[in-house]
Amino acid sequence: MNDMRITERAVDLSETKISARNVQVFYGDTHAIKDVSVDIADKTVTAFIGPSGCGKSTFLRCINRMNDTIDTARVTGDILIDGEDIYDRRVDPVQLRAKVGMVFQKPNPFPKSIYDNVAYGPRIHGLARNKVELDEIVERSLRRGAIWDEVKDRLDAPGTGLSGGQQQRLCIARAVATEPEILLMDEPCSALDPIATAQVEELIDELRRNYSVVIVTHSMQQAARVSQKTAFFHLGHLVEYGETGQIFTTPRDPRTESYITGRIG
Amino acid sequence: MTTGTILIALLALAVVGYFLGRGRAVASAGGDVRRLHSLPRFYGLNVALTTLIPALAVLAVGLLALPIWTDLRVGAAIGPSLAGGDAGRQSLLIAQADRLAEGLEGADANVAAIAALDDGALAGAFADAGIAVREGTDPSILRAALARVGTQETGSWMLVLLVGLAGVVGALVALRASGPAFRARNAVERAILGVLILASTIAIVTTAGIVLSMLFETINFLRAYPAADFFFGTVWNPRFSGDSQLGLLPLLWGTMYVSLVALIVAVPVGLLAAIYMSEYAGPRVRAVAKPLLEILAGIPTIVYGLFALVTVGPLLRDWFAQPLGLGNSASSVMTAGLVMGVMLIPFVSSLSDDVINAVPQSMRDGSLGLGATKSETIRQVVVPAALPGIVGSILLAASRAIGETMIVVLGAGAAAQMDLNPFEAMTTITVKIVSQLVGDNDFNSPETLVAFALGLTLFVMTLALNVLALWIVRRYREQYE
Amino acid sequence: MSDIAASPPAAGEGRKTSLLRETDRVRKRNAAERRFELYGMAAVGIGLLALAFLLLSILGNGLSSFRQTFVDVPVALDPVAIEEAEASVVKTSRYRDIIEGAFVSALEARGLLEGIDPEEAAGIISEEAPAQFRDYVRANPEAVGRPGEFTFLVNGRIDGFFKGRVTFESAELDGNVTPAQLRLAERLAGAGLIDTRFNWAFFTAPDASGQRPEAAGLGVAILGSAYMMLVVLFLALPIGVAASIYLEEFAPRNRFTDIIEVNISNLAAVPSIVFGILGLAIFINFAGLPQSAPIVGGLVLTLMTLPTIIIATRSALKAVPPSIRDAALGVGASKLQSVFHHVLPLAAPGILTGTILGLAQALGETAPLLLIGMVAFVGEYPDAPPEGLFDPATALPVQVYNWTQKADPAFVERASGAIIVLLAFLVVMNAIAILLRRRFERRW
Repeated sequence: MNDMRITERAVDLSETKISARNVQVFYGDTHAIKDVSVDIADKTVTAFIGPSGCGKSTFLRCINRMNDTIDTARVTGDILIDGEDIYDRRVDPVQLRAKVGMVFQKPNPFPKSIYDNVAYGPRIHGLARNKVELDEIVERSLRRGAIWDEVKDRLDAPGTGLSGGQQQRLCIARAVATEPEILLMDEPCSALDPIATAQVEELIDELRRNYSVVIVTHSMQQAARVSQKTAFFHLGHLVEYGETGQIFTTPRDPRTESYITGRIG
Repeated sequence: MTTGTILIALLALAVVGYFLGRGRAVASAGGDVRRLHSLPRFYGLNVALTTLIPALAVLAVGLLALPIWTDLRVGAAIGPSLAGGDAGRQSLLIAQADRLAEGLEGADANVAAIAALDDGALAGAFADAGIAVREGTDPSILRAALARVGTQETGSWMLVLLVGLAGVVGALVALRASGPAFRARNAVERAILGVLILASTIAIVTTAGIVLSMLFETINFLRAYPAADFFFGTVWNPRFSGDSQLGLLPLLWGTMYVSLVALIVAVPVGLLAAIYMSEYAGPRVRAVAKPLLEILAGIPTIVYGLFALVTVGPLLRDWFAQPLGLGNSASSVMTAGLVMGVMLIPFVSSLSDDVINAVPQSMRDGSLGLGATKSETIRQVVVPAALPGIVGSILLAASRAIGETMIVVLGAGAAAQMDLNPFEAMTTITVKIVSQLVGDNDFNSPETLVAFALGLTLFVMTLALNVLALWIVRRYREQYE
Repeated sequence: MSDIAASPPAAGEGRKTSLLRETDRVRKRNAAERRFELYGMAAVGIGLLALAFLLLSILGNGLSSFRQTFVDVPVALDPVAIEEAEASVVKTSRYRDIIEGAFVSALEARGLLEGIDPEEAAGIISEEAPAQFRDYVRANPEAVGRPGEFTFLVNGRIDGFFKGRVTFESAELDGNVTPAQLRLAERLAGAGLIDTRFNWAFFTAPDASGQRPEAAGLGVAILGSAYMMLVVLFLALPIGVAASIYLEEFAPRNRFTDIIEVNISNLAAVPSIVFGILGLAIFINFAGLPQSAPIVGGLVLTLMTLPTIIIATRSALKAVPPSIRDAALGVGASKLQSVFHHVLPLAAPGILTGTILGLAQALGETAPLLLIGMVAFVGEYPDAPPEGLFDPATALPVQVYNWTQKADPAFVERASGAIIVLLAFLVVMNAIAILLRRRFERRW
């Protein structure tokens, strides 16, 4: 793969968006995340890598409290977004999730029209005062999802009728439509073919201008291509966290090195 | 010889055949069972089965054919001239002959001897046997009675002979084949597979039986009563004296009205209960409430009927209908509809539960991930996604409501009328099927035959709903598989 | 992708709000959320409430039918009177005279007969008493000539008085009972001659006519239901299992098996009354089987139960993993042997559970039985099977229907009592099914 791009990309010194301290997650009796602390910067793409079952997706789902929907899950420690603890009792997960959008592993468009898929978030959050504004939001989001040109003539067609890659970009557009500040992506390309993957990756790079993007991936090449920062998870521990270039060229921890060189995972 | 005796004799023959076949096979192998293709017992079983199967087939055909043959002989003995071509009179004459024949059998009379007598001496011979013959009975009726008894006697003896012959021939053929090279196990397995296939066709036979039995009587009914008056008549007023008005519409109206009330109760309650159980309730609540609700589905409908009659009906009358001046009947559309609605709650909820659970979790995650609340997710994503399945389950519930009998028999009343007031007694198709077929009615009058036409109407309606519902649900399932 | 740069993020007002403060909109949405959950709870509540109301109403109406009021009467078995009674045409009426005479003189002796004429006083004894008395005399001829102490049923209205169904006010308007009789009954109860006790006869006695609700019992109905269950078990289980084995293990996917499948799922949803019409047309009118007979009821219920059993059996067979079949085939068993030796025994608990549930469903079925003549009044027990299968009988649910059609309100109590018996059977059957499932449930 073309890893030359890593060195070309300068990393801006930007403010911290998400700050996690001593996060532990339990699923029933299983200890899924063990004492993870990490600072994620604004306007960057941060990649979580690691072998399957290492806890990277679990940690991602803590950031918008999606783990709340699982009865047996229990989260301790602090996760701060813009300095506010999202596990504070006063925080409503509904309000939080409007601010922290999420894109899932499998494209999951609702069985509605393309327009209604994108308009769903703005409607429930009351972001548009009238139809004209809603139309604007939908168009803007679809453009930002890099799918506007492909669907602008068939906004009434069902979202489930699109191809896999289009569906995933529709889901990204849908997530963007609620105007989040953070976008969480859980292996967004694992169900896509290489061409669709390339399109989505290009899109992720562009989303960096407006959002703090956190992406979980099991493909090291993908992490290398799209991210500025990389965190390596192993068996529930955050093993190493740093600049993507540094992680891939000079890992400090032997486990990271084993993973990157293909000996574990 | 009764059918039971024949069966026992056949079984005995089969058991003998089993041991003969087994012995012969072992003997043919010179006592070394390893030289046989199959285990010795398969040779025995093969003989037993080849004894039983053809004999049973002959028996079945004979039992079906015998009454038909007898009826033909009786009909021929009476002749068409006596009734003058009137079908009703003909059936009366046959019934008279049948009664006399029963008398002959009961008196153990020497039928052959009586049959040899002249027409003039017949009546006297009957009287001697202790059978009362009405004055002026045509001798051909007496001949018919004699023909019935005679045919039955000869017929059953011929049957015994034929069945026995089939059994013995079958056994001999199989015995001859029982040698080391004969693949007895394969033969036995083929026969067993045949039995299995036969068992599985019983569903088709049943459906055919349902359709044919109702279709023939419906055709008879429509010959005696104009189809247009039946399907579009607005008055239901059967009279024993004849000249009845048998309009379907009031019954259809009552059926639809009661079903509608039932669905108005059952659909929202069942659906919301299903949603609560699958999306909100904790495991402990679910473990208690779900089986409790399902008890409602296991309670026999007669229990609901009694509940409607004894408790709900008077309650509605005393607290709603009378104070509101809407009538003073305990049996009403409301009574039957409410109780039927309760019966349908678990039906709707368990079907919807399946359907809602079939909506993939990723759909819920997508919505929750956008910051939707649970109820927004359910109302705007889960329910629309599950809608075809939910519609299917509502259709199934509707079909159940239309075909329900005991609740309406005891709760809705018997007055066939088209009224909008839900506190009035109205009646349904099923109620009238029961009332026309229970009790002593002449089986050829339109007042009785109409029940079959009603049954067929009901069957067609529910079948259409079921097929439609199953089709929708299947299409829906495929969508998420 | 130049579009993106063109539109900077629209910084709405919402973005600057803190997560720690609930916005008005979120507050409203959360209220809607709580309301929706409440609707769901209410729906479950309505269902459970209906269940509780239903059961309580049945129990409240029916439990009293298990108890019955009896009166003790000393009757001297005078040989002359009994001989006279046996010689007369209407024997029970003579026996009634004997009982009434004995009762009235017993009352006189105790001084309880004031304010009521003897005829009226004797009316509190059930119409059933003479028959009961005669049966005793015929069974024990050696007792004739000796004094005896008898316990007779009291009239249904008097029984109703002790159960609170009949009051002095209702007796004023009732042609079948007088307040004077009620007062007498009270005095007798005070003297210990009348008391209410457990009534075994309710479970064993046959039905009784409309004038004698106190004597009506479930004996014939329970027997009839049991006979029908026997027929269903012996027909539906083997046929259902055979059909399932073929469809699940052998059937190729073709038009024929498709038709069978569609038929089975449709039969499961055909209204039960249609099966009654089928039974009437085919089994009674065409095949000439007798009306009211358990064999016909059993056949009809068999056809109705088959889909249930087939569906349950097929899922039990499906649950046996293919590896078991492969293992049997691998050691040279034929396909049929692998099914009968290995798959079927492993699927047996599931099949049994499904069969019991099917039987439970059949036990409660009423409508089809009405059409095949099981509503008829049957006062005699059917013989033992197999001949008894062709004798007239009723069935538990049909008996309930029968009693609801009678004028005397005492029959409502009987009907509810019969339902309690029916429900008790169902509870037992379902409990067995659940236990079986728990005991043998196996996950591969």
